Amino acid sequence: MATPLTDKKKQVVLTGNSAVAYAMKQIDPDVCAAYPITPSTAIMEEFSSYYADGKVSTELVTVESEHSAMSACVGAAAAGARVMTATSSQGLALMWEVLYIASGMRLPVVMAVVNRALSAPINIHCDHSDSMGARDSGWIQIYSETVQEAYDNLFQAVRIAEDHRVLTPAMVCLDGFITSHAIENLTLIEDGDVKDFVGEFEPKQSLLDTGHPITMGAMTLPEYYIDFKYEQSKAIRGAKEVVIEVGREFGERFGREYGLMECYRLDDADVAIVVLSSAAGTTKVAVDRLRDQGKKVGLLRPRLYRPFPHEEIASALMGVKAVCVLDRADSMSGFGGPLFTDVRSALYGRDSAPKVIGRIFGLGGRDYKVEDAEAVFDELYNVLETGEAGKLTGYITI
Amino acid sequence: MATLKELSAREELFSGGHRLCAGCGIPPIMRLLLRSAGAPVVATTATGCLEVGTTIYPYTSWRISWIHSAFENSAATISGIESAYRSLKKKGKIAADKDIKFLALGGDGGTYDIGFQALSGALERGHDFLYVCYDNGAYMNTGIQRSSATPLGSATTTSPAGSAHPGKGQWRKDLTRIVVAHNIPYAAQASPHNWRDLAKKAEKAFNTEGPTFLNVVSPCPLGWYSKPELSIETAKLAVDTCYWPLYEVEDGILKVNYKPREKKPIEEWLKLQGRFKHLFKEENRWLLEETQKRIDSEWERLLEMDGKRVF
Repeated sequence: MATPLTDKKKQVVLTGNSAVAYAMKQIDPDVCAAYPITPSTAIMEEFSSYYADGKVSTELVTVESEHSAMSACVGAAAAGARVMTATSSQGLALMWEVLYIASGMRLPVVMAVVNRALSAPINIHCDHSDSMGARDSGWIQIYSETVQEAYDNLFQAVRIAEDHRVLTPAMVCLDGFITSHAIENLTLIEDGDVKDFVGEFEPKQSLLDTGHPITMGAMTLPEYYIDFKYEQSKAIRGAKEVVIEVGREFGERFGREYGLMECYRLDDADVAIVVLSSAAGTTKVAVDRLRDQGKKVGLLRPRLYRPFPHEEIASALMGVKAVCVLDRADSMSGFGGPLFTDVRSALYGRDSAPKVIGRIFGLGGRDYKVEDAEAVFDELYNVLETGEAGKLTGYITI
Repeated sequence: MATLKELSAREELFSGGHRLCAGCGIPPIMRLLLRSAGAPVVATTATGCLEVGTTIYPYTSWRISWIHSAFENSAATISGIESAYRSLKKKGKIAADKDIKFLALGGDGGTYDIGFQALSGALERGHDFLYVCYDNGAYMNTGIQRSSATPLGSATTTSPAGSAHPGKGQWRKDLTRIVVAHNIPYAAQASPHNWRDLAKKAEKAFNTEGPTFLNVVSPCPLGWYSKPELSIETAKLAVDTCYWPLYEVEDGILKVNYKPREKKPIEEWLKLQGRFKHLFKEENRWLLEETQKRIDSEWERLLEMDGKRVF
C-alpha cells in the first residue's frame, strides 16, 4: 500500500517485528504476558528491552507456555487491565482453547500474530494456517500488507477491541519473515498522539473492584448458553462499523485512512485476484504490468477478515467477470481455502455474480512471484473466454 | 491467629445453596480459607467440582470476585490478575493502601496433572498468591477417573478393580514435595478435620509475600464410596494413619505439625472407603502390605526432616 510520507522527520526504517514492538511501547499496555516463538520472537525481545530500560510501565509476565500467556492475558483483562501479547503458529495453536474464553468473556485483548505455517511437517515460514485455524474463535482479525500497516493496525485494534459496543479481542496479522523481518520505510506517530488516539481503557467491570464482587466464567447450561453466544455474535458483527469509524478517524488524524478492504485498479476490471496480506504487494506489480498491456485486471485485498465484510466484498466484486481467491492456507475440506469459500459464499445468489475459482499458494513460505500472479490472471482470462470456471479449486506455486 | 470465635464472627463469603455433594470436603475448606484471609480476596478456580458446584449461571456462591477460565490454567489466570493489580497500583488506578489477596484453586486433576505446568511456572515467577489444591484423589467431577493423586490400589472408573489389575497400579505423586522444590516461602499440607491447623496455615500463607501453597485432603463420599456423615472422621483418619501428614515448610524449614500419639494402621482408613474394598480380598492383601510399608517409610523420612532445612 502506498503510504503518503507527509513528514520526513517521522520516517524510519524498521522490520515488521520492530514496528510492532515500537507500537506496543507507545501503547504502553498495563500487562503483557508472552512466550517466545519464531517468527514473532523479536516483538517480545524488543518489548522486553523497553521494559528493562524502564521505557514502559507494563507488567511483563514471561510465562512458561502460550497457553499460560493467553490465560494470564484473560486474568489480567478480567482484572481491568489493557493487555497485549504476540505469537505465531504452534503458539497460537496452543492458545486455541483460551482464545475462545477471551472472546466469550468479551475481554478486549490485542495480539499481534506473525503468520507462520503449522506442523507437521514443522516449518517456520509464512502461511496463514495459524490464524485461519482461529478464524472462528470470536476474535476480530485484521490482516496487514506492509510494516506500516501492521504498525497502524495495532493502534486501531486497541480502539476497536475496547469499544464498549464491541468488547471483543482482536488479532493483527502480519506475514512471518516476509513482513516481520523485512525492513521497510514507515512513518511513526508521536507518542503523545498515540496516547490521545488509544486513550485509557475503561473496563465495564473488574475483578479488582472488590467492593462490587462479580462472578465470571460461571457454568452456563442450555437455559442461557445460546443467549450469551447470540449477544457475542451481535457484538462481533457490529465491530465492522467500528472498524470503519476508527479507520476513518485514524486517517483524519494521521493521513493514512483504512477501511474494510483495499481495492486496487478494481473499478473497471474484468478479472481480479482476492488475496490477504503481503502477497497483495506482489499481485499489484502483476496488475500494473498487465494494465500496461491493456488488460483490465485488478485486486481486492480484504483487511478485515473477521467479522467477514461479506456485503462489501461481494459488492466490490460484482462488476468483475472472473475472480480467483488465493488462500495461503488449506482448510483441508477438499473444497479450497477458507477465504475462497467465504468469498464464493458471499457472492452466491447474486444475479450475474462473477465466476469464482480458488487457489492455494505459498504454504510454508513457498515464494509467490509476480509471474505466479500473472499466470493466475491468464487462467482467469481463460475462464472468461470459455465461459467455464473449469477446475474450481487447486494449488499453485508447486 | 484468629480464635474460633473470631473466625466464626467473620463474614460468610462462601454462600450456602451450592450444589456440592453432602459430605464433600470442599465447602468447609473454602469457608475457612476465605475467613482466614483478613483482606478482600480475588479468586480463580480450575474447572472441576468446585467451579460447577458453586456457579451455574445465574447463581453464584461467591461473595468475592471470582473467575473460572479453564481446567489447566488456574495458576496462569491468577498470574494475570495479580500482575494487573501490580500494574494498576503502580499507575495509581488502584489506591496505594488497598490490599487484595489472590487465591487460585484447583482439585488434584487440575493441579497435579493438567495444571501442573502452569502451577510450576507461576511459582517460579514469584507471583504473590496462594494456591490451594483440594485433593480428593481422582477426577471426581467427570465421574471418578484416576489422577496422579489417586492412591495405590484405589478403584476408579479408569483404574477399576479387575481380576488382572486390582485398581490403580502406581503410587501417588508427592506434589507437596515438588512444590517445596520450587523454594517458595511457604507450603503446607492440611486437612479440614483440623480447623485450627488449616486456618492457621491459610492465614500464614495469605500473609506471606510471594507464592504460597496449601495441599488439603478433601473427602469425597461419591468417589471414595464413603459415608457422607463420616467425611470429617475419614479426613482425620487419613492424618492419624499418616497417609496425609500435616506439615509445613516455612522459609526452607520443615516442621511436622501433628504427630499422632498412636499411629493407626492404614487399613483403618481404607476400610471406610468402598474404593479400597477389593484390597481386603486374600489375593490383594500384598497391596495392603505394600501401602503400609510405603506410608511407614515416608512418615519416617518426614520425621527425620522435622525441624531441618530442606532448601
